[in-house]
Amino acid sequence: MTYERTIGDTILAVDQISLSFGGVKALSDISFSVREHEVFAIIGPNGAGKSSMLNCINGFYHPQEGTITFKGKTRRQVRPSEAARDGIARTFQNIALFSGMSTLDNIMTGRNTKMNKGLFWQAIRVGPAEKEEMAHRAVVEKVIDFLEIEAIRKTAVGTLPYGLQKRVELGRALAAEPDLLLLDEPMAGMNLEEKQDMCRFILDVNDEFGTTIVLIEHDMGVVMDISDRVVVLDYGKKLAEGTPDEVRTNQDVIDAYLGVSHGEDE
Amino acid sequence: MLFFLETVISGLMAGVMYSLVALGFVLIFKASGIFNFAQGVFALFAGLALYDFIAEDGWFYDLFGFALPVWLGIIATMGVMVIVAWLVERLVLRHLVNQEPIILFMSTIGLAYFLEGVGDILFGSDVKPLDIGLPQGASDYLLDNYNLYVEKLEVVAAVVAAVLVIVLAIFFQKTRIGRALRAVADDHQAALSVGISLRTIWVIVWSVSGFVALVAGIMWGSKSGIQFSLSLIALKALPVLILGGFTSVPGAIIGGLIIGVGEKVAEVYAGPFVGGAIENWFAYMLALVFLLIRPQGLFGEKIIERV
Ligand SMILES: Nc1ncnc2c1ncn2[C@@H]1O[C@H](COP(=O)(O)OP(=O)(O)OP(=O)(O)O)[C@@H](O)[C@H]1O
Ligand SMILES: [Mg+2]
Repeated sequence: MTYERTIGDTILAVDQISLSFGGVKALSDISFSVREHEVFAIIGPNGAGKSSMLNCINGFYHPQEGTITFKGKTRRQVRPSEAARDGIARTFQNIALFSGMSTLDNIMTGRNTKMNKGLFWQAIRVGPAEKEEMAHRAVVEKVIDFLEIEAIRKTAVGTLPYGLQKRVELGRALAAEPDLLLLDEPMAGMNLEEKQDMCRFILDVNDEFGTTIVLIEHDMGVVMDISDRVVVLDYGKKLAEGTPDEVRTNQDVIDAYLGVSHGEDE
Repeated sequence: MLFFLETVISGLMAGVMYSLVALGFVLIFKASGIFNFAQGVFALFAGLALYDFIAEDGWFYDLFGFALPVWLGIIATMGVMVIVAWLVERLVLRHLVNQEPIILFMSTIGLAYFLEGVGDILFGSDVKPLDIGLPQGASDYLLDNYNLYVEKLEVVAAVVAAVLVIVLAIFFQKTRIGRALRAVADDHQAALSVGISLRTIWVIVWSVSGFVALVAGIMWGSKSGIQFSLSLIALKALPVLILGGFTSVPGAIIGGLIIGVGEKVAEVYAGPFVGGAIENWFAYMLALVFLLIRPQGLFGEKIIERV
């Protein structure tokens, strides 16, 4: 990796987060922090609580204990729309696109938080809203360009192959011009070439726009390659945190991965 | 032939009404997956409210000593419907997020009876002739030139319905709210993740279907007066939805017209042989046939089980 970035101050601090569903403790007492412009990976076996962690950060889940500080604002519970407005965008482990809409419209929805004119205002006065729409279109076109998906601009995303859907989903998140991008297994189920493309996009986003990225990934090779730091979860607990090399040689981590069947490495 | 045409046209009028109510159902169903049993009552409630804003014996007149002009009355009624939508979100939907569809459905049945009760208490239960100045009587032009008896009101209703559908289509396809609405209809989580607030969307959708209900209430009220039987056309909208598909706006329109015309024609031509009253069950028969051969409706999305 030869790109050059300046890792900044802490942008996201997760502090003693605990989350349970009935009797299931999905997360217990998790703390870590992510610095600006960093690529930060969350790894761990199936059911470790990785997705739950992302869901807490963007407000889908409300942890019973602990706080999350993002860009200086400390909160325990945040609403998804608030998180989005604060600059957090995400993709999902199971693709969540608007399948009836075109690629263009899907990515356009990513602009939602950047649109100033209130919803009602927009319904009433078409004029200025129209102008605004054009400006947003320009950003969307840039994203489409960046992700090399011009060819499928008008295609209904439901009909696209899996790999491309993942890319459109990334596009929708990028369109929000987020400060923090959460990626839940962006490369799961992809072939080697698609994975390489996705890696390149993630690094380019981080490099060109300085976007801080938190990603979940099972493919160790990928994790070691692209992330600056890694946190390891197992059964809802934090096992380790550090650089890829530190984590790789950590005995607890090795035990966890050897002890648990780790067959999802595709 | 002329008589057949007249039958078809009067069927279309009834059909337009069914379409309008079905349209309200579709909007809410698309955005929130809720089958809103109260849609018919919405039309009744909107009609009652409008009447009381603009009539000399309405309670607005009692309170302030004058009645609102029609256009102001319509705006005020729309305001009432927005408040109803907001209250529904605030008091009902918000607390039932993630519940089973059947529970949400039951809650709308409750809502229907509640609104009917409130309407009764506030506005009284006698039939109220709504007159907002829409043309009444037969069209002289058609009568003189083609010897065709067509109510002017029917023509107006058809035009209004057409305009409404076009406006809604533009609203859904071209505006940002429309896009947000479609997003919510497609995937709640994804919609939330891009910062769309479900609550705002719900209030908007319920307001829009309140608006559609108001239009239905006006048309119906101008024809036969505002009366409580209006809430029963909600039941007729059910077969319309089965015909048109629960998620299709054009389906609601076409479905409504087919049922409206179908039952009139059946009544007039087949009625005498089976002793009449076909109108009462024709729509349900048709829906049943459709359920057997095309359960997703004319335009509905094909139902594919996810694996
Ligand atoms: N909405 C929910 N309701 C109930 N239990 C949940 C919910 N979400 C997660 N869990 C539970 O929390 C635990 C952690 O799940 P989570 O999805 O966060 O794991 P993960 O690390 O993302 O796993 P995977 O690698 O399989 O995606 C699991 O036991 C799961 O069953
Ligand atoms: Mg997961």
